[in-house]
Amino acid sequence: MNAGDTAVRVTGAARAGGARSWLRTDAGQGWLTLSPPLLYAILLLVGPILVIIANSFWTQDYLTIDHTFTLKNYREALTEPIYRDLLARSLFVAVLVSLVTVILAYPVAWFVSFHGGKYKGIWLFVITVPFWSGYLLRILSWKVILGTNGVLNTALQYFSIITEPVQSLLYNTNAVIITLAHSWAAFALLPLFVSLEKVDRTLLEAAADLGDNALRRFVRITLPLTMPGIIAALMIVMIPTVGDYVTPKLVGGKDGVMIANAIQAQFGKAANWPLGAALAVSTMVVVGAVSGLMVLLLLGLKRLVR
Amino acid sequence: MTGRSIGRGILTGYVALYVAILYFPVLLLPVFSFNNSATPKFPLTGLTFKWYEGLAGNSAMHSAAWNSLLVGVCASLFSTVLGICAARAITRHKFAGKGAASGLIMAPLILPEIIIAISLLVVLLSIGMELSLLTVILGHLLICVPYSVTVLVSGFEGFDPSMEEASRDLGETVWGTLRRVTLPMLMPSIVSSMLVTFTISLDEFILAFFLTGTEPTLPVYIWGQLRFAAKLPNVLALGSILIALSLVMLTVAELVRRRAEARTATT
Repeated sequence: MNAGDTAVRVTGAARAGGARSWLRTDAGQGWLTLSPPLLYAILLLVGPILVIIANSFWTQDYLTIDHTFTLKNYREALTEPIYRDLLARSLFVAVLVSLVTVILAYPVAWFVSFHGGKYKGIWLFVITVPFWSGYLLRILSWKVILGTNGVLNTALQYFSIITEPVQSLLYNTNAVIITLAHSWAAFALLPLFVSLEKVDRTLLEAAADLGDNALRRFVRITLPLTMPGIIAALMIVMIPTVGDYVTPKLVGGKDGVMIANAIQAQFGKAANWPLGAALAVSTMVVVGAVSGLMVLLLLGLKRLVR
Repeated sequence: MTGRSIGRGILTGYVALYVAILYFPVLLLPVFSFNNSATPKFPLTGLTFKWYEGLAGNSAMHSAAWNSLLVGVCASLFSTVLGICAARAITRHKFAGKGAASGLIMAPLILPEIIIAISLLVVLLSIGMELSLLTVILGHLLICVPYSVTVLVSGFEGFDPSMEEASRDLGETVWGTLRRVTLPMLMPSIVSSMLVTFTISLDEFILAFFLTGTEPTLPVYIWGQLRFAAKLPNVLALGSILIALSLVMLTVAELVRRRAEARTATT
């Protein structure tokens, strides 16, 4: 198969119409079919991201961009206390949100995979549907729930659990974490479910027959086998949440501001594209590094339990 | 034995609570949209439809709705076409670099939207393009394609490639096979992909906020209204309509997909 492919390619290249005959091979057909969406992604995603990276090394002088290479933006992005604090807080929020979402979603994914029976599809549908509807409205809803005269406070007062409304529910980092964890719950569930589906049930039966109790079976079989799903779920929640700016803006108040709000300001009111670009690139690099560390940590943990 | 059933009971209770908390914020605002009071809080004061009636004469909202409809239809249509190309290449061809190339197409799924938004904004402005609904469509297309690909890959996996081969062997052209065999077999996935991507586009805020010019989509319009406390009940009414619409479209998409799956399972 492979040798044949190469042979086709070699004889094809020898002839004048080399490219044409390559297009008739399976690989050629594949690339040809894939090219429209691939070109779209290259032109509108890879290209623009490269432009942003380039921008981060330039400087802006009022309305004109100075194209000489400089690290000034990075110096500002990484040493200004305000940006450093924002970046640290965004990372803290993103890591915490991803951990909370995955820990809370795991039992649900387990339930659907092991006890869902023929209703697995319906369960998944029911759980993922809220994720697709009313992004702004869901955030607004948490504002209504957590506010001073909000649903939670009035309910607690009604049941005489508290006498005065709790002021500290809204407009802080906690509110941001609760709202984001709710927003991303369904997204974490999917990779967990997929990896749980792949767990060979006979392994669990064998372990049970050999006298392992439920906890041991979980820690030594299910947990290590679903580690790829856990890692995927953590990443798929952590990376997008670090860049959320609507949630901190609506429920975060002064203390809940995140790095995306600073990035947005540089492309809006403050209008300093190079600094905004450097903030964006720094965020991506730091998130990438933290993700990498988390993956290593989890893989190490997996080896330890085995 | 009893210990196991207690554990099972706790798990079932937990799942019920999880689903309830998942839906509570989504269903809470529609409750207030029918409430007489201008501020969303309990106790409810009385049933009213006035916030919905208030939407009827709101021309700014109507034009935002048209903008959203236009953006959604274009994004879902083009994203499904690009999705068909990608899904076909992924399921029907083997070639080196396929994983990396499809990974690139799927990347917008996990990239922070603000990164996609500012990169596109800078490039579009630099090449001198006016911000308009077209730029919103370009952005939405980027985040819709991964969902189309996911839906369509399972569509392609659901039918036997030998049917296409048979059609070619019997003398149909490439386009004839596409039109008379592939597309009809894929139709449920195509419908499902269009409905899901339309819903995503209808709901998307961050890209639309950065990339739109003077014509807002519905979420951008809602964002603008949030500054006025007095407009909140109307926003809740509008949002409730949007949530209901999304739920209907997603349910239809799911039903179409399930029927197609059941069909391929029996044949």
